Amino acid sequence: MQRQASMGSPLHRVSLGDPWSRHMHPDIASERCTPSFNVERLTNILDGGIEKTALRRHVENIISGDPEFSLKNIYFLSQNEHFEAAIRKKVHLQKLAWKLGWPEDGEEFKYAYRAVSGELALNIHTIFKKSIRSLGSEEQIAKWTPLCERFQITATYAQTELGHGTYLQGLETEATYDAATQEFVLHSPTITATKWWPGDLGRAATHALVQAQLICSGVRQGMHAFIVPIRSLQDHSPLPGVTVGDIGPKMDFEQTDNGFLQLDHVRVPRENMLSRFAQVLPDGTYIKLGTAQSNYLSMVVARVELIGGEINFLLKKACVIATRYSVIRRQSRLRPSDPEAKILDYQTQQQKLFVPLAWAYAFHFLANELLDFLNSSHDDILNRDFSLLPELHALSAGMKAMGSDFCAQGTEICRRACGGHGYSKLSGLPSLVTKVTGSCTYEGENTVLYLQVARFLVKSYQQVQGAPGSTLHSALARSVAYLAEPGLARCPAQKAADFLQPELYTKAWAHVATRLIKSSMHRLQTLMQSGADWQEAWNQTTVVHVQAAKAHCFYVTVRTFTGALENLEQEPEIWRALKCLCDLHALHGILTHSGDFLHDGFLSGAQIEEVRTAYLDLLLLIRKDAILLTDAFDFTDHCLNSALGCYDGNVYERLFHWAQKSPTNTQKQIFFSFFYPLA
Amino acid sequence: MNPDLRRERASASFNPELLTHILDGSPENTQRRREIENLILKDPDFQHEDMNFLSRSQRYEVAVRKSATMVKKMRDFDIADPDEIMWFKKLHMINFVEPVGLNYSMFITTLLNQGTTAQQEKWLQRSQELQIIGTYAQTEMGHGTHLRGLETTATYDPETQEFILNSPTVTSIKWWPGGLGKTSNYAIVLAQLITKGKCYGLHAFITPLREIGTHKPFPGITVGDIGPKFGYDEMDNGYLKLDNYRIPRENMLMKYAQVKPDGTYVKPVSNKLTYGTMVFVRSFLVGEAARSLSKACTIAIRYSAVRHQSEIKPGEPEPQILDFQTQQYKLFPLLATAYAFRFVGEYIKETYHRINEEIGQGDLSELPELHALTAGLKAFTSWTTNAAIEACRMACGGHGYSHCSGLPNLYVNFTPTCTFEGENTVMMLQTARFLMKSYDQVHSGKLVCGMVSYLNDLPSQRIQPQQVAVWPAVVDISSPESLTEAYKLRAARLVEIAAKNLQTEVIHRKSKEVAWNLTSVDLVRASEAHCHYVVVKLFSEKLLKIQEKSIQAVLRSLCLLYSLYGISQHAGDFLQGSIMTESQVIQVNQRIKELLTVIRPDAIALVDAFDFKDVSLGSVLGRYDGNVYENLFEWAKKSPLNKTEVHESYYKHLKPLQSKL
Repeated sequence: MQRQASMGSPLHRVSLGDPWSRHMHPDIASERCTPSFNVERLTNILDGGIEKTALRRHVENIISGDPEFSLKNIYFLSQNEHFEAAIRKKVHLQKLAWKLGWPEDGEEFKYAYRAVSGELALNIHTIFKKSIRSLGSEEQIAKWTPLCERFQITATYAQTELGHGTYLQGLETEATYDAATQEFVLHSPTITATKWWPGDLGRAATHALVQAQLICSGVRQGMHAFIVPIRSLQDHSPLPGVTVGDIGPKMDFEQTDNGFLQLDHVRVPRENMLSRFAQVLPDGTYIKLGTAQSNYLSMVVARVELIGGEINFLLKKACVIATRYSVIRRQSRLRPSDPEAKILDYQTQQQKLFVPLAWAYAFHFLANELLDFLNSSHDDILNRDFSLLPELHALSAGMKAMGSDFCAQGTEICRRACGGHGYSKLSGLPSLVTKVTGSCTYEGENTVLYLQVARFLVKSYQQVQGAPGSTLHSALARSVAYLAEPGLARCPAQKAADFLQPELYTKAWAHVATRLIKSSMHRLQTLMQSGADWQEAWNQTTVVHVQAAKAHCFYVTVRTFTGALENLEQEPEIWRALKCLCDLHALHGILTHSGDFLHDGFLSGAQIEEVRTAYLDLLLLIRKDAILLTDAFDFTDHCLNSALGCYDGNVYERLFHWAQKSPTNTQKQIFFSFFYPLA
Repeated sequence: MNPDLRRERASASFNPELLTHILDGSPENTQRRREIENLILKDPDFQHEDMNFLSRSQRYEVAVRKSATMVKKMRDFDIADPDEIMWFKKLHMINFVEPVGLNYSMFITTLLNQGTTAQQEKWLQRSQELQIIGTYAQTEMGHGTHLRGLETTATYDPETQEFILNSPTVTSIKWWPGGLGKTSNYAIVLAQLITKGKCYGLHAFITPLREIGTHKPFPGITVGDIGPKFGYDEMDNGYLKLDNYRIPRENMLMKYAQVKPDGTYVKPVSNKLTYGTMVFVRSFLVGEAARSLSKACTIAIRYSAVRHQSEIKPGEPEPQILDFQTQQYKLFPLLATAYAFRFVGEYIKETYHRINEEIGQGDLSELPELHALTAGLKAFTSWTTNAAIEACRMACGGHGYSHCSGLPNLYVNFTPTCTFEGENTVMMLQTARFLMKSYDQVHSGKLVCGMVSYLNDLPSQRIQPQQVAVWPAVVDISSPESLTEAYKLRAARLVEIAAKNLQTEVIHRKSKEVAWNLTSVDLVRASEAHCHYVVVKLFSEKLLKIQEKSIQAVLRSLCLLYSLYGISQHAGDFLQGSIMTESQVIQVNQRIKELLTVIRPDAIALVDAFDFKDVSLGSVLGRYDGNVYENLFEWAKKSPLNKTEVHESYYKHLKPLQSKL
């Protein structure tokens, strides 16, 4: 079993068990017959090693072999059925994990989540646990972790409110310390203070980690986290003072009961305030143990995991589905004498699909690097060394914003590139789109995040300038080191091929990012010199600051991708295939922002035309590897759950037979009552 | 009313009612539209549960019920004028998704256009009375835009004087037609006509699907719903498989082509006329893009005036998010776009009617340009609107993601416009074909007219991409006319580049088609630039027709914002073509920010002027009265998950898990 799995047999991927799986569609078989690189090897690289691939496939085989985890009916379910199915799957998975002895927080859970396509409830339960670990004292961790792990309690994390989102200081929920009873009184003073959106809150959770304004002896001390029991552990009914419910249908995530919560003077013991970074003594004395930034740590962790573990998966899947369908679908003719051509042979289709594919790889390597960075600095931060936190915070914010922006765009491009069939839920694409697009506003709204990056860039640039008030001569964070490097005024490239040098286009992006940061700084300073206060000047320059932050983030993706390629030099075939994608990503960015490159004459109009030539030539190079590059993501048919995207390419048969199972075809006729009396 | 909105409305620089009249065409039109809308709002049959809480089958059922009553109501209210029917349908059906819609828009229309008098006599009245409910079955599972690729066959059998309809392969199964799955009992089926052993291409056949009275499919017919979709929950898009299904010879629509009883095929005289329907539908879609975008802007801008967040100055209360520059920069260019597309939609509709009259008099000369223009504009406006609705949704933050915002529904019901009635890339390439033809014409010494007449100037200008300062940098960024000129130069330049690249490829490649394919990215870019120019031009021309000074002033700001924003987004094209200088681009960006401040006080009045009823917006966030939060809470309480205080999944799954330990 293990052996076969690690060989990457198509059997592993074709797991829907329908009659077509045995026949490979010739149009997709021909794409795989003379591979220019070893797909299995690339899969291993993407997984992080051959053992990891084997473990992942082992878990995936368990999942796709178990009918409890079937996803075939998912697109037909009502909100209620969907929620229940997700609870059932989660519980089943948990029992399975106990039986098989999967380690808590082990890779197995991650792979299982991927294999069931995220169709699980109680996902915030884990975030609760992680938050306790980040923000709680050792005693609190010791008390609550086992309760979570054994599902004695089900828990959620409640931050956003009906009237307040990203801006934490604006939250209205209050926690007033009552020294007489040594309790906190949690209260929602207005309707806008109602907690709104937390996942698992509406129906599933028994406990919530509530972010609230701490008030001690009449003094407001800012946001702190409190463990609040909300439902009875006996019969699950809401506790006195608690109004809780589901917030209603959404664009997606029907498996989750995003909820609302109103607290009417609900009392919790003093020990329920998480106290790694701040404490309230029995007499009501407030003691601060960390900087304000320490609260951000759990958000940083959540964002970093989001990029690689969630958002980019959705884009990768969309790329797999759309690319496979595009070698099966034929339309019109390229030459009058030929049969109808595969739509992937059209230049416009290549442009649509290969750019998102390049993004998927770019964000894959980026997520890996961020995760490494986080892991290497996490312990320092827990030990209250915050020196790396600003950069980590800026990077995670910027990459979450850019990652969700690009993945949402890319997924939707893939969906529309499948024409009409991309509109059917059975293509799998609509639900990828509706999931990924949510990520542009949850875990920090993207514009707000870009502006946080911009603030970091302003500070870093002041460091370079040696401006008064900044920390003199302290080392620049790695991701902004380019700000201090001498650049070129003009790009030296002469011909199209020159633009295929990673160093050259990385420098070009560094140049544009630096110029935009300088120019937004300049604008800010000009406004302030003309009498505006800092806040007003900031608001009047936010559009240019966002632009600068976006250019910086783009630079980071290019630099990370080229860095990842350097590590692949001992794999020349794979290196060659991936380098085309890296080039495409960088050059596509230059073309879409050509104004920024032409602006100060860094690139000339003639050079832009050379970039365009290089870019269009890349499409043809990627074309021959397209199926292989998407195969390498190694998604099972089970988790793709798409009539268009199966490994074997038998698109139309699946679509026809799946559609017939729709409840609209199996339920009674509702027609007569309306029309025939009329006629 | 929410105090923020009241304040916004009191401080507007113009009376939105006057702008509404302009958008409707006249004060009388506004009045009549409102009369019709009030008929619906007062109607007890119109009330129903919020669609968001219903399953797909339930939504379909509501829509079928409404479709059925609508016919009777329109008769009762004496609504027959095409515009009035639209007003009625749009509010009555809310999402404008109507299971019997294709009976009117396609079945009856095609019968009228392509049926003989005898055929019309036989089927027309019955379909108008909904005894026959027809649809139009063209697309197949494996074939869409490329009509010649359709596989369904209609083979004539002279013995019985019947056609035998067949779906020979899986890919030939009819797929997607609206109303086909459950509602229709008839379809006009497009199939390859085969008679006397020869294939004569696509023809239309009236095909009975289900028995009238029992509604059961006839033997040889396999029909059903294609399952859940991104949107259009209320529509039973369907599939149809035909197995040796026989229909009489008289069921082929024979106004133009004919098959004689002995099987002899008689060719149609001209096929250009079939363009007409496509042009009509696409021009209609441009108007729909404008409407959908107007709705999205209304919701996002009202909500942004009600929502408060963060701080601009410390110590002050949280500002309306509409006061943040980034929020204005997200929304106001889209608002300007909504107005631009409104006027474009109006222009195309007028042009269509004018040209249609000419066609009636046998003059087809303007049809090719109209066809090319509507194809491109359909793609241009739907792509832009598609992205813009999403941008509006995201501008509402987390609440935009909830169905309470109405924006997800708006998006999923609009987005198919990008792929149906001609996939957008294909549409752009059709426009490009016309542009290339016009370019060649100019180069062979002939003048071209209409929207492409700017190409006449090309040979004298000798545009070369690398050459600097070919055009004097005289663009006046405060003048809509001057900006129109700038867009014209950009279009001319990109058309020329595409044409030259195409010529180069033609020299190097064996086949024209391959050369075309290898230039298609450039060709699409040229078409987009052409369409962008047309939109800017039409918007700036519209300003001249507006008398009322206060309205003209605010529309002028929007027109400038639309034009300048486009330049800022495509600065590379304008710099590379030396149409503008770097310092002008800096000025453009500065001017955009000034315009945001100018438009800010009028933002609410500008969306109020669209005059959407709350029910038609279907949004808690976009309510006219701005009482968002109270209503959001009330709305959420109705969620299906809230029917019981403890959800049954607790007893079924969670409790057993907890007690396991």
